Amino acid sequence: MMKHESIETNAALLIVLTLAAISIGGLVEIVPLFYIEGTVEDVKNADGKDAVRPYTGLEQLGRDIYTREGCYTCHSQMIRPFRDEALRYGHYSLAAESQYDHPFQWGSMRRGPDLARVGGKYSSAWHTKHLIAPRSVVPESIMPNYPWLQDTDLDISDLTAKMKTLKKVGVPYSLTKIEYDANVEQFGEDVAKKLDINMSEKNLMKDAKLGNFDGNPDKLSEMDALVAYLQILGTMIDFSKHDEAEFIKFR
Amino acid sequence: MADIDKVTKQKVKHEVIKDPLTGAETTGHVWDDTLMEFNNPIPTWWLWAFYGTIVFTIAYFIMYPSWPTGLAEKGYLKGTAELTYKADIIKDGKRIVGGGEEITTHWNTRALLAHEMQNDPNELKRQEMVKTVAATPLASVIKDPQQSQFVLAYGKGIFGDYCAACHQAGGQGVIGHYPNLIDDAWLWGADSADIELTIRKGRKGNMPAHKASMTDAEIAQTANYVLSLSGESVDSAAAEHGKKLFNTKGCSGCHMPTGIGMKALGSANLTDKIWTQADVPAAVDAKAKVAAVKTIIANGFKREMPAWESRLSNDEIKVLVAYLKLLSAN
Repeated sequence: MMKHESIETNAALLIVLTLAAISIGGLVEIVPLFYIEGTVEDVKNADGKDAVRPYTGLEQLGRDIYTREGCYTCHSQMIRPFRDEALRYGHYSLAAESQYDHPFQWGSMRRGPDLARVGGKYSSAWHTKHLIAPRSVVPESIMPNYPWLQDTDLDISDLTAKMKTLKKVGVPYSLTKIEYDANVEQFGEDVAKKLDINMSEKNLMKDAKLGNFDGNPDKLSEMDALVAYLQILGTMIDFSKHDEAEFIKFR
Repeated sequence: MADIDKVTKQKVKHEVIKDPLTGAETTGHVWDDTLMEFNNPIPTWWLWAFYGTIVFTIAYFIMYPSWPTGLAEKGYLKGTAELTYKADIIKDGKRIVGGGEEITTHWNTRALLAHEMQNDPNELKRQEMVKTVAATPLASVIKDPQQSQFVLAYGKGIFGDYCAACHQAGGQGVIGHYPNLIDDAWLWGADSADIELTIRKGRKGNMPAHKASMTDAEIAQTANYVLSLSGESVDSAAAEHGKKLFNTKGCSGCHMPTGIGMKALGSANLTDKIWTQADVPAAVDAKAKVAAVKTIIANGFKREMPAWESRLSNDEIKVLVAYLKLLSAN
């Protein structure tokens, strides 16, 4: 058996062997990417359009508040394919559902419950009350209070810049007519309108007004954006219209 | 070991320095005049444990789906284990779980979940009990010891996941926000069919604000009347005025002329001494009671119960209705 000293005292040999050891790990991870056709499920609605869409401007800003406040340090967004999680949280998370997340919020820490399917589970009024003072609705909660969300105006000055940045990393927001038409083809007209960067501020104001997420229609607060984001989580796919085998194929 | 030591010693360039106290071999480095480092070999048990992990890795690599390359059939090292499950079928836009053809696939966690949901004895027992409860008339479910036991245990889980966030773990609700579910007073109807509809479709309650259409004094008079309906001692002259206002300012339209409420609108019964919005029980004196009711009349409020139809199955909703019935009966 070779003693390590002979490697450790020979710099050239150490470099060669180190590179060899690292490249094994690299190859194991990289090689499959040339063979796999896709790991992201292609989930379509009945009308043939994509079920999962990118976030609207309001939801995206809410998502930024979610990351800013560090929600991910206690809440995961990844329901695993286990029986207990299926019974508690609903259908396991699909890769498709976080395909427009940059970065994704899967997480691994669950001091609080998983939020992957929290959308529509509680009313917006509940969310607002709960975020301001969690123990007013869940006495045993250990979540901190986030009262400033309700009082702080939502900063929408960098909305278009944010959407353009996300577009650069592959989120299909549209700037040109050609991109808009492609979105109509992929998501349908209603969704395509929401993904139009040129209309983003107008859309955001409309969404906030219509949703009235924080219960105060006169003010566009950070609470509006965050609750809008929470209310869309995990709701885009109607699992009652899909065969499980469709998703199992991707494993 | 002796042979290895001999070979190594020949290769080592520096002279082997031994620790004078123990006689053990050192690395040859000396710090601060006397400080030296032992050059002891790794413990044998540790070394073999390390080799063991390598063997484990190889076995794991072969047995489980590991390296999705072009090496195996359809480009995947799929492991040695297989799983069988039944596909679903989608009929008239509704999913029938496990109603389709049998599929055998390589072991993976998604197929394992589908397999467990269709074959695990505990899971099957759960599904069977849910089906039994769903097929049995509610009154019989509540009387049957086995079924009611199941409803209390399993319903508690559903209630905890979906309902307790608002209605609280015991179903007692929060005055001013979420109705109490265990007092057997139901805003939207006490029949199991009404409760089922509430869960299925959700409810939107809306009491309009009256501060624009009534003066402060009028609101106070109406508050006095409303309190008198529940037998609170009030200023009877004010209540007398309030009674007229109650019938002319729109209150009776939803709460009925007698104040018993209307289940079609979810308007509260004002005569049953149960307060869902104005926190009268917490008020310290008669004045605070009037103030609590006044706030509600002046500002109105909106309440929303989400619809659960798309999240809970029909059978689960039935279990939940039975659970609520048992909860309020207890």
